[in-house]
Amino acid sequence: MQARKFVKGNEAVAMAAIEAGCRHYFGYPITPQSDIPEYLAREFPALGGEFIQAESEIASINMLLGASACGVRAMTSSSGPGISLKQEGISYMAGSELPGVIVDICRQGPGLGGIDASQADYFQATRGGGHGGYRIIVLAPASVQEMYDLTMLAFDLSDIYRMPAMVFADAVIGQMKEAIIPNPRPAATLPAKDWVVRGRKEGTEQRVVKSLKLGDGEMEAFHWQMHERYHELQEKESRWEEFETADATLVVTAFGSAARIAKSAVMAAREAGMKVGLLRPITLFPFPAKAYHDLTGRCRKILDIELSTGQMIDDVRLSVQPGTEIDFYGRPPGAGSLPTPEEIFEQIKNALLIFTNLSPFTRF
Amino acid sequence: MQQVFKRPASLMDVQTHFCPGCQHGTIHRIVAEALDEHGLRDRTIGCASVGCSVFLYSYFDIDVVESPHGRASAVATGVKRARPESIVFTYQGDGDLAAIGTSEIIHAANRGEDITVIFVNNTTYGMTGGQMAPTTLVGQKTSTTPYGRNQSKDGAPLKMAELLSNLDGVAFSARVAVNDPRNLIDARKQISRAFRYQAEGKGFSFIEALSACPTNWGMNPLQANARVGAELIPYFPVGVFKNVHNL
Repeated sequence: MQARKFVKGNEAVAMAAIEAGCRHYFGYPITPQSDIPEYLAREFPALGGEFIQAESEIASINMLLGASACGVRAMTSSSGPGISLKQEGISYMAGSELPGVIVDICRQGPGLGGIDASQADYFQATRGGGHGGYRIIVLAPASVQEMYDLTMLAFDLSDIYRMPAMVFADAVIGQMKEAIIPNPRPAATLPAKDWVVRGRKEGTEQRVVKSLKLGDGEMEAFHWQMHERYHELQEKESRWEEFETADATLVVTAFGSAARIAKSAVMAAREAGMKVGLLRPITLFPFPAKAYHDLTGRCRKILDIELSTGQMIDDVRLSVQPGTEIDFYGRPPGAGSLPTPEEIFEQIKNALLIFTNLSPFTRF
Repeated sequence: MQQVFKRPASLMDVQTHFCPGCQHGTIHRIVAEALDEHGLRDRTIGCASVGCSVFLYSYFDIDVVESPHGRASAVATGVKRARPESIVFTYQGDGDLAAIGTSEIIHAANRGEDITVIFVNNTTYGMTGGQMAPTTLVGQKTSTTPYGRNQSKDGAPLKMAELLSNLDGVAFSARVAVNDPRNLIDARKQISRAFRYQAEGKGFSFIEALSACPTNWGMNPLQANARVGAELIPYFPVGVFKNVHNL
């Protein structure tokens, strides 16, 4: 049994990266994620790791691209404005079918925004973020333990599906401290990296890592191949947590930090005798559509809670059974705008009062 | 019968897409000769850039990573840190290295990354159709400076070999040209020296190679070659600006 450790979410990410075999980190300081580069700058020398504080987010994602092309496990981390800058490199990595882990400890935007928690970068994360119609794997931890576990999973999924993977948390999860069990790296069947550049030895084939595809039909075929891979991800890797959903009339849905707050409210509602449950997506891409589809055959209504004006709700709408009623409660990011469990409990009570098929936006 | 001249083994036996009179082919060849000379081919990883040089992997018989526009020296940093035993070089044009990639090249050079950078300066964006580059000469007409580059508005052409030689992290910096036999022989010597720096683990080496672009200069190959000597070299002097270990 591993000893428990009391650490910050960001530190758990860094610890997990080391446990997952990552020895190459390239980053740039930005609040609220700077504990990650600081931890690795301190720990890597003794482990023989390569740590570079790059001149920019653009440089750091391209260093990740280069290291990943050589087959090593590599990571970068950032937040809001920095993640925007990384999109160029993420698109090239997707086009070159390169693995690599990108940690996004979200802050507010647009622009410089602010450093408090936000879920308004859901679209940026789950829709690819850069040009070219690709997606990346997006994992949404809701606890420090999950920061640790999902960071390790991100490395495995990224290697298996040969695409970038993002650990998508926010300032709340990144900055808070919880006790975790730093489990050893789980066993995983990983494909051989027979595509990495290594210096072409006599009698071996030339290897090229590239995204340029100019041959007739070559790019179209690649897009369909990516499409198939995303479908496979959806089938095999969708992950979610259900809490008290078996007999629930109302199912609250939220991810990450919003889900923690929602869970407290659901527990309070249960104590008050209300039939309420929680569905928390753990993978945002692939989105656990099946969970919503199956649940909406049983419950009467979904209450979606986000720290934004509503982005995940698009995916929820696409996943539920036709005619399912969806309520929405959003607190767009801002200092002092994090909802309390009591506030969400009120929303639960309201949602249980009225069942109509009105658009969720008519509530505002 | 003794063979006295042959294609370098590091270069594939294929035709290039380069325009008649373009000097990328010549520069490719002397880079390949340097890899052969030092026996580096089987541990070399090239970092291609965006522009006419993107097809590096179609001509060099080595492993290649394609880099986003301007980012080759950051990609090369990642490659070298992941595989320190490799010989890593970038091959970048002037728009790529000296405009969009200025930050990446300055910081890779300043960190003293143990890589070799081949910078081809033909004073224009070749592949996109002859727009103004950071190295376009004052007065030079391009598709985006139809009245000539205006220094008061567009600034003066950047002299990258001199600029980088001022950084402590740079071990070797030289500018070469391939417009006449004397310069070509010197270019071979300097490029060989740049790779020797890396092979001996002696630090960051930088080669700026002046190159003709007849198509975008609106000249025939002979006129374009003559322009390298008459207009480019007077502003971009060939020579060694830094050679800290006197290799």
